Amino acid sequence: MTDLYRDDVTGKETTGHEWDGIRELNTPLPKWWLMVLYACILWSIGYWVVYPAWPSLTSYTKGVIGYNSRADLSNQIASAAEAQAHWLDAIENTSPEAIANDPELLNFAMAGGRATFNENCAPCHAVGGAGRPGFPVLADDEWIWGGTLADISLTLQHGIRAADNADTRNNLMPRFGADQILDQNQINDVAEFVLSLGNRAEDSAAAERGRQLFADNCAACHGPAGEGVRELGSPNLADEIWLYGADKAGIVAQIYQPRMGVMPAWGERLDSARIKMLAVYVHSLGGGE
Amino acid sequence: MSLAGSLFGKSKLYAEHVKVYPQRIWGRFRKLKWTTLAVLLGIYYLVPWIRWDRGPNVPDQAVLIDMGGRRAYFLWIEIWPQEVYYLTGLLILGAFGLFFATSLLGRVWCGFTCPQTVWTDLFMQVERWIEGDRNARMKLDQQGFSLGKASRKMAKHAVWLLIALATGGAWAMYFDDAPTLLRRFFTGDASQLQYIFVALFTATTYVLAGWAREQVCIYMCPWPRFQAAMFDEHSLLVTYETWRGEPRAHLKRETAAIAASGEKAGDCIDCGLCVRVCPTGIDIRNGQQLACIGCGLCIDACNSVMEKIGRPLELITYDALSAQADRAAGRPPKRRLVRPRTIIYAVAILLVGVGMLASLSLRSRLDISLLADRSPLFVRLKDGGIQNAYTLKILNMQQKSGEFSIDVRGIDGLEMKLIGTETGHILVTPDAVGTFRLLLQVPKGAAPAGSTPISVTVKNLATGEESLHDAIFNAPAL
Repeated sequence: MTDLYRDDVTGKETTGHEWDGIRELNTPLPKWWLMVLYACILWSIGYWVVYPAWPSLTSYTKGVIGYNSRADLSNQIASAAEAQAHWLDAIENTSPEAIANDPELLNFAMAGGRATFNENCAPCHAVGGAGRPGFPVLADDEWIWGGTLADISLTLQHGIRAADNADTRNNLMPRFGADQILDQNQINDVAEFVLSLGNRAEDSAAAERGRQLFADNCAACHGPAGEGVRELGSPNLADEIWLYGADKAGIVAQIYQPRMGVMPAWGERLDSARIKMLAVYVHSLGGGE
Repeated sequence: MSLAGSLFGKSKLYAEHVKVYPQRIWGRFRKLKWTTLAVLLGIYYLVPWIRWDRGPNVPDQAVLIDMGGRRAYFLWIEIWPQEVYYLTGLLILGAFGLFFATSLLGRVWCGFTCPQTVWTDLFMQVERWIEGDRNARMKLDQQGFSLGKASRKMAKHAVWLLIALATGGAWAMYFDDAPTLLRRFFTGDASQLQYIFVALFTATTYVLAGWAREQVCIYMCPWPRFQAAMFDEHSLLVTYETWRGEPRAHLKRETAAIAASGEKAGDCIDCGLCVRVCPTGIDIRNGQQLACIGCGLCIDACNSVMEKIGRPLELITYDALSAQADRAAGRPPKRRLVRPRTIIYAVAILLVGVGMLASLSLRSRLDISLLADRSPLFVRLKDGGIQNAYTLKILNMQQKSGEFSIDVRGIDGLEMKLIGTETGHILVTPDAVGTFRLLLQVPKGAAPAGSTPISVTVKNLATGEESLHDAIFNAPAL
């Protein structure tokens, strides 16, 4: 039976529950605590009315203020774009060369260029234009298709060997080995000659034999001394920068069955202000031309 | 009753709050308190309105902490974020100043200049104007609800809130251009953060000065708990001269009874005025205590009574304990201001103050930072040379444009190139940071393998001021 007993120590009533002489104190929730609980319940009902809350089979309750996190995001993006509009308009109306000479615009373009680069270019060219095997380093002073702001802009705009872009940078190196234009020994000799351009030949007799083969087969594009022809996008073979490997095996492989990189035409994906900022940023990585 | 019951049942865990109704009093210390209050509040409310020409793009405000622009201005002094250690210096000066004042004059900070005391005094005065003095207020609080009571209470809280709003608003003005902020605040154009901070300081002023009052001093503030350690017997303190006041006798009959027992009655007539005027509600005759803020209002109270009944003044006195002991023993009172602790505090204040002044007047207005690219660490150039790239920041902290030159040393044949400017004339706008990309090239074979320390020096061509930064040049490890 309930035995409402007042506890001596605390002066509180007990609930009447008793186990082996141990009684349970009646300790009701503080009033303020209960009020907070009720307020939270009321709040949640208000929340259902105001915000999207309950799912139905095909839709959901929209809430009276029509809030929507996706719309919220687009608003935030729009207001960020609005905040940048002043600068982007200025970039839009200024040539890359003039941007590079205006400290304020340059700072903005460098920051915008870096963000755009990291999102779009870094997967191949690596952060900071450090390059990867087969993808050119953009922080050095070798530019296959030209390193002036105008050249870089053009490359960015139309890409390299980009499909379906009429103005893309394009060239083709024959597959000297795979198409049996040169035989194995001739390829070896040409490779030795190419190594000799950087004084790295291992077999000078072979290099000497390769000289004529180079003049006949390679010089038309790479130049008589292997210095490369900018207009054709043919790389300099006499410097210390090698896209597909500097050792003999790399050179032989490239003569036998050349690899040729592809870069998308970014003009189809990015607006012209971003292309300009990218050009300025990439130009600044290694100093450009 | 069990043992636990006898332990817990009788002692209470919480002190009951007894509301304090301080009575109006006039005298020397009240006058001093009103004067300090007027001066301090005047400084607080008016300083943000002092104008100071700082040229374009910066608010022309003499004292301003510009969070957005990352600058702090104090008259002609401009502080950049990395110079925030001056704030540390000010805090150290403040601490030593407090120790010094306390060891000389007791709790003058608490009694006269502490914001809690100043605003509480102001709020109490408002209360007196609207609700009347001590007895009227006590009567009003005991009354049941009436229209008159409600209107008085509402008027009091409205005035309190207005003062609190002005206080919170003035605080925000130290962080933004005062006239602009005032206008924007009322047109609804101030920033959300400004409204939040004004609301916060309005609320704290209203609660602390209106409601919490002496409880802040007794329960919240750490200062009363340890400042007794700053006192010695020569510090000036608000004390009751027990030797002269006791035994108390507040009626002629009592005086006669004491006289009959062969003793001499003390000067204290136990009128209780000193207790009634006390803003923290204590009895100073119980001796030194934590809750005494040393405001001296009980001295005014006691003196007014002593004057009326023609007994000597200063029964409650603002004096050193040693001087009281001297008087009690019939010796001429001696006071020592120059003591080891006051000398130590004064010297510390002097050293920190001189150090801060020296560093302020000699501080450099040019600083640079240099951050090496991490990707790529280095690149090989066409001719086999090695290039490293850095981000160079030149902090031109002067109020005019600066022209700088840069010099790099550490590796033979090292050449440099700055993107966007020439290495000989780097222009940086006034009071700004110029950011540049620095490329360093070393010819083939000249760079030692691995990391090589180099040094970059930037020089202000007009003033000759230089700033040097150590850096690392990376090359292949071979």
